[in-house]
Amino acid sequence: MTQHLLKSTLAAVVLTLAAAAHAAPLKVDTAKSAVSATFKQLNVPVEAKFKKFAATLDFDPAKPAEGRASVDIDVSSFDLGDAEYNKEVQKKEWFNAAQFPKATFVASSIKPSAGAAAGTRFDVAGKLTIKGKSTDVSFPLTVRKEGASQVFDGTLPIKRLTYNIGEGEWKDTGMVADEVSIKFHIVAAP
Amino acid sequence: MDRYTKPAVLLHWLIAVLIIAAFGLGLTMVNIPGLTPTKLKYFSWHKWVGVTVLALACLRLLWRLTHRAPAYPAHMPAWQQSVAHWMHVALYALMFAIPVSGYVYSLSAGVPVVYLGIVPLPVFMAPNPELKPLLKDLHYVLNMTLLAAFCLHVVAALKHQFIDRDNLFRRILP
Repeated sequence: MTQHLLKSTLAAVVLTLAAAAHAAPLKVDTAKSAVSATFKQLNVPVEAKFKKFAATLDFDPAKPAEGRASVDIDVSSFDLGDAEYNKEVQKKEWFNAAQFPKATFVASSIKPSAGAAAGTRFDVAGKLTIKGKSTDVSFPLTVRKEGASQVFDGTLPIKRLTYNIGEGEWKDTGMVADEVSIKFHIVAAP
Repeated sequence: MDRYTKPAVLLHWLIAVLIIAAFGLGLTMVNIPGLTPTKLKYFSWHKWVGVTVLALACLRLLWRLTHRAPAYPAHMPAWQQSVAHWMHVALYALMFAIPVSGYVYSLSAGVPVVYLGIVPLPVFMAPNPELKPLLKDLHYVLNMTLLAAFCLHVVAALKHQFIDRDNLFRRILP
């Protein structure tokens, strides 16, 4: 037990040191940042926000290859603007939040987009995990400066059925389309 | 006896059927618990019917502004003619106010209306969680007012047909 504790403490210290050796991660301003999902229901676009998420960013537009990014989304914070519907989508057929409380994205590579002005547009690839299903995804990311802050914007199109979002009678994409776009807007400062 | 013209008669019955359909769908859909595909489908259908009523109501108002309604029978006392007139004004007002309140309610909930799933209709308002419950109540109260007005309208028609026996009903028969 003591040995185990010692080991974990040591591991934590090593990790912290390793992180410190790297540039300090950016501080994400969650109040100004937003992550949402837009889906179509009988062709009606509906955008709903994830009110709780955490993003860890360590990114210098001059050195994109060294950049790291991950986002942890609390699926129980999905807000359709109606308390009853919010409760419904936490159920097994949708997010199954009891078993899979978090959706995560971890970037594995960040490269400047071809043809874009330096430091403004990047191609991000990484692993997206929703409801326990992980897939490789990639999407374009735009970055701009706003005062001392950096603003990251992107849209990631996914198919909900890949992640079993909407089981049973909801598998019918005639009612709720398979295509969902995850939009994020992240404001971070050093 | 003076009768309504064919387009006016057609609009009257078409709108009547659509309003009854929208009313029935509305009550049915809000009583489906939770979230089901049927519920979402009924919500969309309800909105499509409502938008159709609004469009037809515009045509009907145009007809009414460019034509004279048939005169009331001479045996009707002035107060009854006046009540009948104001009842028709109220029915016209509700025919517009109800779809509009529903439309704005939907926008306040962040759900735009896409007519027949094909034509996206204007989104002139951002989602508004504060206004949403008020608009919901307004849409409901207006509908209950319409239900009351509709009942009086039907009772008045029956009274003319079976008590006064003045065949007033013929004016609006197809």
